[in-house]
Amino acid sequence: MNFYNEMYDANGGVRAHYKGYEDWLKATPPERIERKRAEADLAFHRVGITFAVYGEEAGKERLIPFDIIPRVIPSAEWKSLRSGLRQRVKALNMFLHDVYHDQEILKAGKIPAEQVLNNAQFRPEMMGVDLPGNIYAHIAGVDIVRAGEGEFYVLEDNLRVPSGVSYMLEDRKMMMRLFPELFAKHKVAPVQHYPDMLLEKLRAVAPKGVSNPTVVVLTPGAYNSAYFEHTFLAQQMGVELVEGRDLFVKDEVVYMRTTQGPRRVDVIYRRLDDDYMDPLAFRADSSLGVPGILKAYQAGNVTLSNAIGTGVADDKSIYPYVPDMIRFYLGEEPTLNNVPTYMCRKPDDLKYVLDNLAKLVVKEVHGAGGYGMLVGPASTREQIEHFRQLLIAKPDGYIAQPTLALSNCPTFVEEGIAPRHLDLRPFVLSSGDCVDMVPGGLTRVALTKGSLVVNSSQGGGTKDTWVLED
Amino acid sequence: MLSRTADHLFWMSRYIERAENLARLLDVTWQMSMVPQALDTINQSWAAIIALNSLEEAYAKKYSTVNGENVLKFMVSDPDNFASIHSCLRMARENAHAVRGTLTTEMWETLNATWLETREKTFDQLFNAGIGDYFEWVKMRSSLSRGTTLGTLLQDEAYHFIRLGTLLERADNTARILDVKYHVLRPHDDEGATDFYEWGALLRSVSAFEVYRKVYRDVITPERVAELLIFNKDMPRSLQFCLNSVSKNLDLIANSNSGETQRQAGMLNSQLRYGRIEDILEHGLHAWLSDFMDRIYLLGNGISKDFLVPMEEAA
Repeated sequence: MNFYNEMYDANGGVRAHYKGYEDWLKATPPERIERKRAEADLAFHRVGITFAVYGEEAGKERLIPFDIIPRVIPSAEWKSLRSGLRQRVKALNMFLHDVYHDQEILKAGKIPAEQVLNNAQFRPEMMGVDLPGNIYAHIAGVDIVRAGEGEFYVLEDNLRVPSGVSYMLEDRKMMMRLFPELFAKHKVAPVQHYPDMLLEKLRAVAPKGVSNPTVVVLTPGAYNSAYFEHTFLAQQMGVELVEGRDLFVKDEVVYMRTTQGPRRVDVIYRRLDDDYMDPLAFRADSSLGVPGILKAYQAGNVTLSNAIGTGVADDKSIYPYVPDMIRFYLGEEPTLNNVPTYMCRKPDDLKYVLDNLAKLVVKEVHGAGGYGMLVGPASTREQIEHFRQLLIAKPDGYIAQPTLALSNCPTFVEEGIAPRHLDLRPFVLSSGDCVDMVPGGLTRVALTKGSLVVNSSQGGGTKDTWVLED
Repeated sequence: MLSRTADHLFWMSRYIERAENLARLLDVTWQMSMVPQALDTINQSWAAIIALNSLEEAYAKKYSTVNGENVLKFMVSDPDNFASIHSCLRMARENAHAVRGTLTTEMWETLNATWLETREKTFDQLFNAGIGDYFEWVKMRSSLSRGTTLGTLLQDEAYHFIRLGTLLERADNTARILDVKYHVLRPHDDEGATDFYEWGALLRSVSAFEVYRKVYRDVITPERVAELLIFNKDMPRSLQFCLNSVSKNLDLIANSNSGETQRQAGMLNSQLRYGRIEDILEHGLHAWLSDFMDRIYLLGNGISKDFLVPMEEAA
């Protein structure tokens, strides 16, 4: 397979937007770079920018590897990505509003009704509930990969509790601290205002009639894999970081317990899945949530961000219909590509998938984090056979996609600098009619040679992402 | 401030203070055990440490005899003993971790590094490297954490809860040390000569040896030691100093439920401010200290009820 290299063209020439960085890299003594890389490692450790890995020893925290070669995106390319993202997220929010209200798209037969209504992520509790600005996914983390010149694909929409934005911000801070001279030479679009932008959006979707809303970040707690990020965002926005037990509901109003007595809460940026939010409404065994919060939410006395029930729009079984949503709601052709997707619940698709397992990527419909997936070309015969059995046993639990030729980018690895595959997760913020994002996003890089899985839980690293201004 | 945040801050500072006090007490006992004396007497003072922490039962489950090495092992690095230095430093770090967004980077890094470093070491390693050095280190880490708090943290509610934790814990510890040592050292009121080394060690355990000299410019007597540790308003580890600060910090964080707790703290503070050692000794120091510790305990409960884990019906 031929891969698109972000830094060099097919003839080995450096691409124009990487020229400045490459010059600098060539002119900088390797010892200095080594020293800086060690410095970065130490700094990340000391500050404790870590994440916990599920399945490993309880409470064990790992560092996400940080690579000092940035992923550079030229201005024109970013503009086209940005308009594609705006279009897509806008349509997804309209879809969510629609399925929880009049269900026009189902009546029009654009999406099979049972795919939506029987989906485990569909929340009947949300039927007819009106949300401020009709926005459901205030924060979306859309995963994008590049397969060629100007050829971008959306892999996943991540409309529940997308994470990683703290790494985007810390990576930039680190790069500016290590190599200020690079920023003097390049016009790198700033991203540091993300927490401000987020706070502004959260305040904008406060319940009606609240003029100075109290915003909080709700975390599952210190043992969650993204706890660092929860702390980070709360601190950066200057709002309280709360756990479920800090909140209570009385007369359909949410309060937090403070040292000066109960204080009303208006907007909750929750980093907790739907299932755990309210033991009275969802999983009764959840001790992480707040009993009665769903009622308060339905009554319009508190805003949850993201809304309950967004999972029905980013589910992998709904994903293939997103281009149709864009056409249906906006009357536009999608700017960003969807990856062709085989839905194993369809007998023809299943047959094709089983015949071509070695070429395809197979994903669990409800999976996330790079767990429970098969990358055909990189798998052993045993792994493929294992998935074959899984597929036959439960076809509607899986989708399959052709293995994309993910672009790569030079990256520091043990044997020196070598190309590694990467993706991009821009964080798209919505409130009312306004869809916004800071330029770029989080670039994740698969550090294992040839690997196409960039998730940090699977040993992926991150890079600073530069959108160059004209 | 969130009640839970305040709760974590309060306990974070209590645990680090507790680790420090324990290190002080063990250090002094360790040093005293090297002064020539009967083995019985030495082991008696080790037993006193177990009694001081009401750990007789837990200790007996692990060890059949009371001696220096066993007690040190149990109180320094036994992870099963919730009162060991090891456990205190772990709890301090865990509480800090839960509210790291409220702490300054320096405070968090200090507590985190303290725990990481302690976790690495086995008891044998600590013992062979010189257990005295370890006690010094624990004291220094505690000082460092107080220093970074004072030097970097906004002096708002968070700071007051941290101070409350530190001071309540310290008052309790000073009272305990005095209670146990006073009676070990002075079993009968009519005994003649006081042991200079023993009383000196007690003073050193609360960093008050030089202070004593400065204040009294005279030989060490048990009555004055008690007076210094209870009534001196300027000595940072005396009961009067601690309660005065507790009362002040409580007034700064007052809420609509905390009146009774403030009153109790104020009363205790006044007794210390206007009390006399002669009156206490006349009725018995032990009885007085027991009552004091009960009241400290009730104060802690009051703070907890008023601020840290409040009921919700007030909404």
